[in-house]
Amino acid sequence: MPEDVKALSADLARDPQSLVFLRLGEALRQKRQFEAATRIALHGLERHPHLADGHDLYARILADRHDYEHAFDEWDMALRIAPQHIGALKGLAFLYFKIGDLAQAEAHLEAAYRAAPEDPTIAQAFAVIRGEALPPAFPDEGVEAATEEDGVVEESFAEESVTALPETLVFAGLEGAQEGLLLLDAAGLVLGGALKTSDGVDVTETVAAYLAGVSQEASRTAKLLELGEWRGVSAEGQSGHVHVVQPTPGSMLLVMRDRSVPLGRLGMLAQRAAQAARRWLEQQR
Amino acid sequence: VSAVPFGHALDVVTRVRGVRGAMLVASEDGLVVAEQLMEGIKGSAVAALAASLSGRLRRAMVAAGLGPSQFWHLQCEGGALLVVPGKEGLLVVAVTEPDVNVGLVRLELLRAAEVVG
Repeated sequence: MPEDVKALSADLARDPQSLVFLRLGEALRQKRQFEAATRIALHGLERHPHLADGHDLYARILADRHDYEHAFDEWDMALRIAPQHIGALKGLAFLYFKIGDLAQAEAHLEAAYRAAPEDPTIAQAFAVIRGEALPPAFPDEGVEAATEEDGVVEESFAEESVTALPETLVFAGLEGAQEGLLLLDAAGLVLGGALKTSDGVDVTETVAAYLAGVSQEASRTAKLLELGEWRGVSAEGQSGHVHVVQPTPGSMLLVMRDRSVPLGRLGMLAQRAAQAARRWLEQQR
Repeated sequence: VSAVPFGHALDVVTRVRGVRGAMLVASEDGLVVAEQLMEGIKGSAVAALAASLSGRLRRAMVAAGLGPSQFWHLQCEGGALLVVPGKEGLLVVAVTEPDVNVGLVRLELLRAAEVVG
């Protein structure tokens, strides 16, 4: 049951350094007051930046808001601080499940099980991942930490069960999969993803055609300058940024976002999308 | 346009620690307009490839509705190539070491692009 928000708020007001922000943020999250929950979580993280539970709380809120990329970062951070953190392990398992990486999802659940074998929600999550149980059987926390009573995850799982993950969707589950991520072969032919302008116009094929050859020229330039292998090209435009990487020698991946996403962060997104692309390309062989 | 502002613009870029050289390149034909490069860097070839890559990126970005690129950065294992397309069809190009402060080089390239424009 959600705790008394007023009482918890009063406690936090009395002692802003207190860890009560964890309970207050969670209570607000359960009430779906995401703005307030976010403020509390960030307030807490400002004061306790190395508190794994704080990052776990913020990740849950982000996941509830479907901001899976940032949720991933926060759970990842929680694990760096506390490698056995159950909430983070289950949260990351959930995100991997969402993008169809069942091996990673299972690996994270196994790590969670080793850390907390008595936790019944882990077995339930295993069952869902293995297709032995329906998504609503997911626990109230952990893998489904992302959500709780709000049913957001249940809806998500209902939409994309393990078996229903479309093979053609390279970037299934990643933000921007259908308007900001594009995978090409060496000849500039589209393998997956799509690009749309801010007006919703599909520019996939045109951009793909212009990008053909970028990889070759980047390689030639790097070779000429004796700089080794090229790792990526990032470019800043008037209305947005792009980042191009090479997931495998014969492919090229482009990530496009508006200017609110800084170039550095775009590079991180590109690396994550490249991982998904590599897995997908391997599955196609 | 006199060569003095060109030289000054490149000075500002090459002064940044980790920058191995800077060039002004005509974006249309990839010819070197001015250069300050460390020995061993093949300026004319790099200029041609930078102009070609710049053209492809510009066309792709315009097609994607993002407008022409204002800065781009080729990241490699052993260093980087950073480019700001300036006015008058000139590209301001920097060749750097891998551990350079990219943000600072970007700023100096943007400033240089203003000067040469």
